[in-house]
Amino acid sequence: MILNQFLILSAVIFSIGIYGVLVRRNGVLVLMSIELMLNAVNLNLIAFSAYLKDTSGQIFVLFVITIAAAEVGVGLAIILLLFRNFRSPDLDQAQQLKG
Amino acid sequence: MVAQNVAFWIIAIAMVLSAIGVVRTSNVVHAALYLVIVLAGAAAQYILLAAEFVAWVQVLIYIGAVVILFLFGIMLTRSPMGDLDLDNSQRMPAFVACLALVGTLTALLVDAFGNSKVVIDAPTKTSVLSSDIFRLYIVPFEAVSILLLAALVGAIVLARRD
Repeated sequence: MILNQFLILSAVIFSIGIYGVLVRRNGVLVLMSIELMLNAVNLNLIAFSAYLKDTSGQIFVLFVITIAAAEVGVGLAIILLLFRNFRSPDLDQAQQLKG
Repeated sequence: MVAQNVAFWIIAIAMVLSAIGVVRTSNVVHAALYLVIVLAGAAAQYILLAAEFVAWVQVLIYIGAVVILFLFGIMLTRSPMGDLDLDNSQRMPAFVACLALVGTLTALLVDAFGNSKVVIDAPTKTSVLSSDIFRLYIVPFEAVSILLLAALVGAIVLARRD
């Protein structure tokens, strides 16, 4: 196995996540796209950990997974609040600060 | 080596197709189910790269907890079901940005790493990983514990009704 096959797979998944964040209107779907991007980064870290024979990469993946779980918890709470105020989960509704 | 490569390509194709499913499907619940395939594929790739412990953490936390959280989010926000247009009007620019990013990253990676091989001799022992966490990375570990507590309290404060 060459290193680049893992790195390019993760680059493709990261870009698909970017597309999702830019295109989706529903807040929950935007959070899912962010999870795609975080997973691409994790795959990168594990590939380099295997390539360099260094366990630090795997430990950083554990930290990233923890932070992703915290991020989803807070993110869903914010989207719930948005839903309560605007009666819709769409992020386009939240534009009161727009000039 | 050949078997590992075949496994890699099967999992990689499944992951990319499901990732496209996550951002293209017009049903919110299907998006969550496609996300499960991507996360399971990532766990399988970790096993191919001999990172067993991380693979099982991925299965437990992502597939076990985060996806359930997403399904609860879909339920609580009463996201519309059925075939609806869930996208905004930025499809074309987003697609161009996405393609440009893939192109740039691929060119950079091919230039930087070429044909460097990943040689895997033995799976990473969980004991090595844990002794590293609790000796070298004890301060970040404690910081992450505090962060998790803060996020938990923050989520409750945000979501409670009063």
